[in-house]
Amino acid sequence: MPDNYFAGYLPILIHIVLVGGLATVIISLSWLIGERKPTRAKMAPYESGMAPVGDARGRFSVQFYLVAMLFILFDVEAVFLYPWAVILRDLGHFGLWEMLVYIAIVLVGFFYVWKKGVLEWGPAAVRSQAASGLRINLRDVQSGVQVDVRFNDQRGGS
Amino acid sequence: MPLPLSIFILVSVIKSAIVLGVLLTAVAYTVWLERKVVGHMQNRWGPTRVGPFGLLQPAADGIKFLFKEDLTPPHVYKPLFIAAPMMALIFALTSISVIPFGNSFTFGPFSVPQFLPFHYEMPFHWGGAVIGPYSIPFQITDVNIGLLMILGVTSMGVYGVALAGWSSNNKYSLLGGLRASAQMVSYEIALGLSLVGVLIQSGSFSLRAIVDAQGGHFWGFIPRWNIFHWQFIGFFIYLMAAYAETNRIPFDLPEAETELVAGYHTEYSAMKFAMFFMAEYTNMITVGCVATLLFFGGWHGPLFGPPLVQALLPVFWFAAKIFCFLFLYIWVRGTLPRFRYDQLMSFGWKFLLPLAIANLVATAIFVAW
Repeated sequence: MPDNYFAGYLPILIHIVLVGGLATVIISLSWLIGERKPTRAKMAPYESGMAPVGDARGRFSVQFYLVAMLFILFDVEAVFLYPWAVILRDLGHFGLWEMLVYIAIVLVGFFYVWKKGVLEWGPAAVRSQAASGLRINLRDVQSGVQVDVRFNDQRGGS
Repeated sequence: MPLPLSIFILVSVIKSAIVLGVLLTAVAYTVWLERKVVGHMQNRWGPTRVGPFGLLQPAADGIKFLFKEDLTPPHVYKPLFIAAPMMALIFALTSISVIPFGNSFTFGPFSVPQFLPFHYEMPFHWGGAVIGPYSIPFQITDVNIGLLMILGVTSMGVYGVALAGWSSNNKYSLLGGLRASAQMVSYEIALGLSLVGVLIQSGSFSLRAIVDAQGGHFWGFIPRWNIFHWQFIGFFIYLMAAYAETNRIPFDLPEAETELVAGYHTEYSAMKFAMFFMAEYTNMITVGCVATLLFFGGWHGPLFGPPLVQALLPVFWFAAKIFCFLFLYIWVRGTLPRFRYDQLMSFGWKFLLPLAIANLVATAIFVAW
């Protein structure tokens, strides 16, 4: 291997180029070889034989957004932990206590999220969110009804 | 002796080609193995017709996929619809590039005649040139952030799934894609945190260094693998999170046939469908590789016999351990039913994540004390 710091990454680049070429070849071969006999039914969205109603560009549950946001928070936390973990032996007690404080702060946030009911799905979600004051009715969001944000309204319960 | 750049690139291309060939063959035969093993578990035979024991079934499947109608329905968003399976496959196949399979093998010194173009870097010897001896590791490249690279590349795989679900413009696909992305990002946190314990113990991101740190034995007979070295809980968190990451039973809600037809790849046909399949099985193998490297001592195992056998045995042990993981995958698939979605989410967030944090804190206290 040539004595260059980036030389170690060159094979990865070569590998990605090879893999990309492979994926392109597979897709083009399939496009070239496969025969095509389109019919109207074949071209319709597959809905298990039912005639499709509307398309898929509707609203979906706000829970998925919440999970995505939480993922970013906790993944950044994990990324913080990695370099610390590798040099923990050198840092010793000081590094350990610093990181324990950090993890404790993260855990406070985690339990807040837990108690708010963000991690609940299914029937428990509606109940706990109605109780904890997160008042967007998820079922309405799923069915595409106008989202109404309710204040002090008990209709959220099931 | 360092390799000259031209040979270095040539060697990289050859290594990548060999690794890809072996990997894709392994993927094809993992599908065969799964069908066969699950078949026997369900008191069936599995594939038997194509070749002996159905061994040519993967080839037959591949040919059939090529000749199937490559349908691009008019309601999809075409650029992403085509890009999604490519992304899934490319990211799945890329992560193998930093995985080591064994120590290294040494070749040379060879004498080469004068006319080869790279003679100017060679020491002269009897009028011709001498190459080597070169030591080539059983790995495409050894970067010192290997583990980070794998985590980064595998987490890109979620793009293929999410974009496939969205661009198909089909309700089943959309729901499958959403479920898959939420599930994959949720379990990725537990997966990432479960590896921190190993990182604390070995003090390196380099997969080769992590494996080297696991050589030797406790009391002369228990191998010094990380799973026997306090990372027992870490391994099980990793295993469960990895099943969820690869969308396997019992975490295969993104493609729950009874609810979502086929999930995010409902609208895909021919090779595009096969590419999702290949990506999924490649990810299974990658996950098995990482588990072997981090928790099961990589290629460490008993060595015996003549030098050539000793050079190849580590690769054999590595492959054998991965095979055990793949078999475990299939065994679990043949045994367990599927989770419900709220169970899946609460298992990931409320059980695995706190357990992973507890595991890493315990390891940190144990090591730094």
